[in-house]
Amino acid sequence: MIAPDLVDLLWQGFVETAYMVGVATLLSGAGGLLVGVLLILTDRGGLLAAPRLNGLLGLIVNIGRSLPFIILLVAISPFTRAVVGTTIGTTAAIVPLTVSAIPFYARIVEAAIREVGRDVVDAARAMGASRRQIIVKVLLREARPGLVAGLTITVVALIGYSAMAGVIGGGGLGDLALRYGYQRFEDDVMVGTVVLLIVVVQAVQMLGDRVARRLSHR
Amino acid sequence: MIRIEGLRKTFHSRGRPVTAVDGVDLTVAEGEVFGVVGRSGAGKSTLLRCVNLLERPDEGHVTVDGVELTALRDDRLRQARQGIGMIHQHFALLASRTAADNVSFALEVMGVPRRERAVRVAELLDLVGLADRAGAYPAQLSGGQKQRVGIARALASRPRLLLSDEATSALDPDTTGAILSLLRGLTQRLGLTILLITHEMEVVKRLCDAVAIMRDGRFVESGPVAELISRTDSQLARDIFPLGPVPTVPGHLLYDVTLAGTVGDEAFVSRLTRRHDLDVRIVAGAVEQLAATRAGRLRIALPEAAPGLADALGDLRTAGFGVEAAR
Repeated sequence: MIAPDLVDLLWQGFVETAYMVGVATLLSGAGGLLVGVLLILTDRGGLLAAPRLNGLLGLIVNIGRSLPFIILLVAISPFTRAVVGTTIGTTAAIVPLTVSAIPFYARIVEAAIREVGRDVVDAARAMGASRRQIIVKVLLREARPGLVAGLTITVVALIGYSAMAGVIGGGGLGDLALRYGYQRFEDDVMVGTVVLLIVVVQAVQMLGDRVARRLSHR
Repeated sequence: MIRIEGLRKTFHSRGRPVTAVDGVDLTVAEGEVFGVVGRSGAGKSTLLRCVNLLERPDEGHVTVDGVELTALRDDRLRQARQGIGMIHQHFALLASRTAADNVSFALEVMGVPRRERAVRVAELLDLVGLADRAGAYPAQLSGGQKQRVGIARALASRPRLLLSDEATSALDPDTTGAILSLLRGLTQRLGLTILLITHEMEVVKRLCDAVAIMRDGRFVESGPVAELISRTDSQLARDIFPLGPVPTVPGHLLYDVTLAGTVGDEAFVSRLTRRHDLDVRIVAGAVEQLAATRAGRLRIALPEAAPGLADALGDLRTAGFGVEAAR
């Protein structure tokens, strides 16, 4: 029998995780898409070739990717304060989550768009398509299955990162497991959290796979 | 229809310059099917990509239908490209769109309203014999069907010029034949001009009125197929009708006889026999009806000791046959 207060705890943790991950996914999805497309466009031989800008962008992305999340969380706290006015709490946790997921998703976006054949882009150019048409109707549209699959990976990674948000009082399921389960040896909370996380990750993955499959006609 | 003057394009790969097109002049007349043949790496693909400026040439001018494309940029260039169709070796279809939507894409690019697009797409798919596969995705189509979609898409803007980049190289021989017939029919029906590149002699045979042979970025010979074949020094006749290694026939000399155009209809073997009292052996050969002309090459063995031999060869040459010692 599950105790009612356990249900409340888990529900609260779930809502906090969903809030952090949900908002961070929206922001980093948009940001990662933008950065990923820029990486492709500015690459040598790209539609807006600018090798130096590309190199700089790549460097920034790599720096973002090399910092462990727990370090990033602390390191960017001045930035977090500037954006949301505080460095603690669930909303504050969204900032580092987003900052770390943007470069992560950007690289996935870059790889997914690279999968779109050069010949398809040439065909569109030969038809007289504009850059904008090529980006929207060819690159992004053709890469959709990969973009969705990549976003699924990003959401799952964000769920994992969000466990560390407890450090700055972000709450969420991971924090719950750490505080009740690990530090206070309340095994039922630990087990409940783990099971809930597994279910959530499984659901996200299944949904992502289904959408990606529906979009793919290869 | 196309005039190219002094075209040059150099690429830099790892700091080393590679000249892909090294001074090419080319004129393609309206309604003509012009083939550029050559091995891979000869520069054909770069040449073709320079025509619609997918590659911007380093030097030279490209004029299509009276408009100098090399002088255009951005929007003007995009508009000019819309009037030139292009088909591709690997079809270059959008995997996420159905056959109909792939054709529609070319019209979307031009800003044709939705309702008009639907009508035009149906027309185009019908034109290439694919009306029943409108809703299929490229992955569900065979190679030949994909190329038909590619052709329909290329014709969407009612271009007067079609560029073909090895359009049949990825297809099996039967499908190649069907696609070539389709293209031949379309040139006649729509008055299309085609500039194509290929390494397949079958394409030259079935489709081309004129040909250029390209090697190391230059044209080594070019002209109407019928004219090139009838020239004894032409590489084209050798490439189209390869006769293989020369065998040894004891007591005989071997000659390669090229026939093109009207001389192809002459009974030259019996002529040698009757007039010059020669026994003629045919060692190898082929005679075919090409798109441009009727032509062929035969390798014959004539008795070394026959007194009429020299006269006979002279007679053949006078009659218009290309004759040379087999090698």
